[in-house]
Amino acid sequence: MTSEILSPTAPDGDWSGSMIDYNVRAERMGWLPSAPQLKQNPLTIAARAKEAGLDAKAYVAKALRSGELAMSCHDPDDPANWPRNMFVWRSNLLGSSGKGHEYFLKHLLGTSNGVLGKDLGVEGGEKPREVTWHERAPEGKLDLLVTLDFRMSTTCVYSDIVLPTATWYEKNDMNTSDMHPFIHPLTAAVDPAWESRTDWDIYKGLAKTFSAVCPEVLGRETDVVLTPVQHDTPGELAQPYGVSDWKRDGSEAVPGRTMPAVTVVARDYPNLHAMFTAIGPLLKTLGNGGKGISWNTAHEVEFLAALNGEVRAGAAAGQPRLETDIDAIEAILSLAPETNGEVAVKAWEALGQMTGLDHSHLARAKEDEKIRFRDIVAQPRKIISSPTWSGIESEKVCYNAGYTNVHELIPWRTLTGRQQLYQDHLWMRAFGEALVTWRPPVDTKATARLRGKHENGNPEIVLNFVTPHQKWGIHSTYTDNLLMLTLSRGGPCIWISEADAGQVGIADNDWVEAYNTNGALVARAVVSQRVNPGMVMMYHAQEKIVNMPGSEVTGLRGGIHNSVTRAVLKPTHMIGGYAQQSYGLNYYGTVGSNRDEFIIVRRMDRVDWLDGTAVTRQTARRREAVS
Amino acid sequence: MKIRAQIAMVLNLDKCIGCHTCSVTCKNVWTSREGMEYAWFNNVETKPGIGYPKDWENQKRWKGGWTRRRNGAIEPRIGGKWRVLANIFANPDLPEIDDYYEPFTFDYAHLQTAPEGKAMPTARPRSLISGERMEKIEWGPNWEEILGGEFAGRAKDSNFAGVQKEIYGAFENTFMMYLPRLCEHCLNPACAAVCPSGAIYKREEDGIVLIDQDKCRGWRMCVSGCPYKKIYYNWSSGKSEKCVFCYPRIEAGQPTVCSETCVGRIRYLGVVLYDADRIQEAASVPDEGDLYEAQLKVFLDPHDPAVQAQARRDGIPEAWIEGARKSPIWKMAMEWKIAFPLHPEYRTLPMVWYVPPLSPIQAAAAKGQLGTIGGMPDVKSLRIPVEYLANLLTAGRTEPITIALERMLAMRAYMRAKTVDGMVVDSLAQHVGLSGREIEEMYQLLAIANYEDRFVIPTAHRETGEDAFQMRGSCGFSFGEGCSGRTGFSLFDAKKPKNPMEVS
Repeated sequence: MTSEILSPTAPDGDWSGSMIDYNVRAERMGWLPSAPQLKQNPLTIAARAKEAGLDAKAYVAKALRSGELAMSCHDPDDPANWPRNMFVWRSNLLGSSGKGHEYFLKHLLGTSNGVLGKDLGVEGGEKPREVTWHERAPEGKLDLLVTLDFRMSTTCVYSDIVLPTATWYEKNDMNTSDMHPFIHPLTAAVDPAWESRTDWDIYKGLAKTFSAVCPEVLGRETDVVLTPVQHDTPGELAQPYGVSDWKRDGSEAVPGRTMPAVTVVARDYPNLHAMFTAIGPLLKTLGNGGKGISWNTAHEVEFLAALNGEVRAGAAAGQPRLETDIDAIEAILSLAPETNGEVAVKAWEALGQMTGLDHSHLARAKEDEKIRFRDIVAQPRKIISSPTWSGIESEKVCYNAGYTNVHELIPWRTLTGRQQLYQDHLWMRAFGEALVTWRPPVDTKATARLRGKHENGNPEIVLNFVTPHQKWGIHSTYTDNLLMLTLSRGGPCIWISEADAGQVGIADNDWVEAYNTNGALVARAVVSQRVNPGMVMMYHAQEKIVNMPGSEVTGLRGGIHNSVTRAVLKPTHMIGGYAQQSYGLNYYGTVGSNRDEFIIVRRMDRVDWLDGTAVTRQTARRREAVS
Repeated sequence: MKIRAQIAMVLNLDKCIGCHTCSVTCKNVWTSREGMEYAWFNNVETKPGIGYPKDWENQKRWKGGWTRRRNGAIEPRIGGKWRVLANIFANPDLPEIDDYYEPFTFDYAHLQTAPEGKAMPTARPRSLISGERMEKIEWGPNWEEILGGEFAGRAKDSNFAGVQKEIYGAFENTFMMYLPRLCEHCLNPACAAVCPSGAIYKREEDGIVLIDQDKCRGWRMCVSGCPYKKIYYNWSSGKSEKCVFCYPRIEAGQPTVCSETCVGRIRYLGVVLYDADRIQEAASVPDEGDLYEAQLKVFLDPHDPAVQAQARRDGIPEAWIEGARKSPIWKMAMEWKIAFPLHPEYRTLPMVWYVPPLSPIQAAAAKGQLGTIGGMPDVKSLRIPVEYLANLLTAGRTEPITIALERMLAMRAYMRAKTVDGMVVDSLAQHVGLSGREIEEMYQLLAIANYEDRFVIPTAHRETGEDAFQMRGSCGFSFGEGCSGRTGFSLFDAKKPKNPMEVS
């Protein structure tokens, strides 16, 4: 319950409720995105609005209040609100990143799982208020899981369909990072092996087949989309002075201010493929932009039409082509200020409109520079300074975040326009974080209830569980590579201090198990003096697809590092409509934090591979070795 | 005086991050073959630790390198010629596969082919030697990475000799460093001395030590004789193999694969001129502690006109003499004295040298309880004990290591004063016996480490060994076997001359 983390100095008001209650409040106030958005089919809403004689915005606001429409987040267990299809693009949700792995298996996939705790209902805990309570939690919400990857990751093993994709040397692509100022190419040295295709071709193929089959049920449709108030848009100043929860305080629900923004989008499903393979017409009329500024981009669109050629016929006739992966790359390179000097100058000029200062000198010298794909294939190129970033590319100063704020007098992207240490948002004050501060770990109550329930005769110890990044892979990629496995311990392991290991009789390379209410993981122990007593480390993203026996506790395949975690959200991360605290994909919003987790660790007795081969007894072997 | 030239290597351990890129690229190029699964011509060890193969530095156990007899002559520790021959069918000093590790793979295909079942499939390990299922992987080529394993086991590290090691097992006193290792291409290679078949030779033109695969009979005396355990027996071919210093690349003026791919830019390659007539004398000095100094005396000053003249007379190409003058190895080993041989006490006069690593100042010093010298911390307050480094690099002599660490600290202090405070503090340089200009040159080579400065490699002069006119175009269009002509099959089925340089 949030009451456990509420500050003793919280402002007056009703601060009751659980994490999900806060999450739902944030979603309906337009602070956080939510999906599915509405219980009702969004393709029917425009017609309902028309029937009611209202525009979509007014209708959605009114209907939400009357109950004619309902946001899905209020009843996520209702089958009408389940996510049914999931498409994973080169991510490893089930082998690496998904916090609460066993809950994913149980509720999302409905497959065998190692959740050890009991449901809130069984435990008799306090129920959430904003969400409809169901006695039986749904299991197996998904109908279809599709994963696109180039290796058999854990997620692939769990998927209904795996789309094998090209590796870095079988496709044309590019990448960059905000850690360095270069754009790198990926170039096809050979064609994709076996049945694999490039990511671009896979998506294009999906679009083509979808366009062909969809007219059975979908044509030209009017969609109504709900979006949160976003950082770097005017919406970010929606609620700077206070929190207005229309559902609870009876105030007016205003789209984009006190509830999600409502946008009507025309969908032309049968022409999806035609649209996917061409630059759309709106770029020319609406322009391009980012981070709160925009500029006219008509010239770039004309340039692309000349470079890539124009679509000859069909729904996208006359538009610049995006037929190949390289066409798509050229579109990005032409439209982005970082790779097109002319755009960089326009972008800085657009920013100057807002600051009243001239910043275009930062890009003027490179105005005629245009980085093409063949250029970066020849050699990675340094990008051009752009207002998308707060550092500059210069021969005189290193790229450094915040540089332009200081030296170009560009306001910081905060409520005050200054570097802001104090935040007077009601929720920040409620949870004691108005001023930057340290907060003690949250008690996740993950071990106490299980003590003594799953003993195997070996002594147990409760340790703090941390999951740092490893050196034998990049997240889960390469962790199953034979050279990386050979240069590590050849499969999942945890690191434990000599003191703790000695206390419970764990020797280096022993099979150990770690568990709590969230589930159990199996690994071999690396006993090391460099681990601080009290802590156990498991380098994250070691999957269970390699060298993983069964768990004694669950009787199933030993879990991954996220088998003993669950997503623990923080109310302060849910805040929106307050400038710097406004939702931005990958920038601001809720994150799964699992540094406060504790686990019960002990030596395994039975090592069972769950494949019909003989079970080995570690305890017996140890006795033999001693005698 | 008989002058020879060698391409030597220095590794700056102060910058090694233990990423194993050197090991991986080396393995991919040279030892990803049947029979060599367990072999890593280049590996990176975490120290303190017993390393790969286990306990390799313990010559009481493995009897590698040379020993000095009472009469002042040196002989291989495994014994002289007759002793070697007597043991030829039962070499008692040979590491077994478990001393390296049992190489493994995984049943990856099981992930695609497993039948439906209650538990998710997993790829179990399988031995690459026997093909049998492995219940548990017990050791690997990098088992002790980042101090993995109990201190009691890793503390068997020979470099703790004479060090009160118990305190270093505590969390608070933990220290570690990486040690990338490869063949040392020694001036006095014990492997060559013990080979009953005369298959191992040191190339006169560049000092690279190679095993002639046509002559090798697989006796494996070299495996025992090499104190660095850098010769590996190929169980498939029945012959021994070792690091070839990427000689096809070196001949073309390119760095070795491990050096080229090093992301930390810690490796340096360059020419060293040495006096072949002085090798025996240097390797035979009575006191092991003098071996480092003795080896320095074998090296010849490339700036000395007399040395240059003799080098020309001995047939060393002009570009190699020029290369020796610009050699980064010469600067680090001879001018600045910051690079050292690995275990000179083995008396093999190794030619892959190391700059010792700096380490964090211990907590006590940070609190101001330990003194500083000339504005710099006392190297005795560094976390890695100087004695440990001395056991590794100078047969226990701490003075040269202390001076090197002080020079590296001085370089940091000097450059920090210059770039942060805008002050040139010559006293910092003078305190460690260098000038400000030398410090800046050190900084250029160690910190900036430009490619051209790290690798100064003159090309081979093949025109002296073979008739290039006859060979032109002889390679033609081949099917992946290069010019070796081994398969005897090419597009036009031309007969090809055998390349004398090649290890077939």
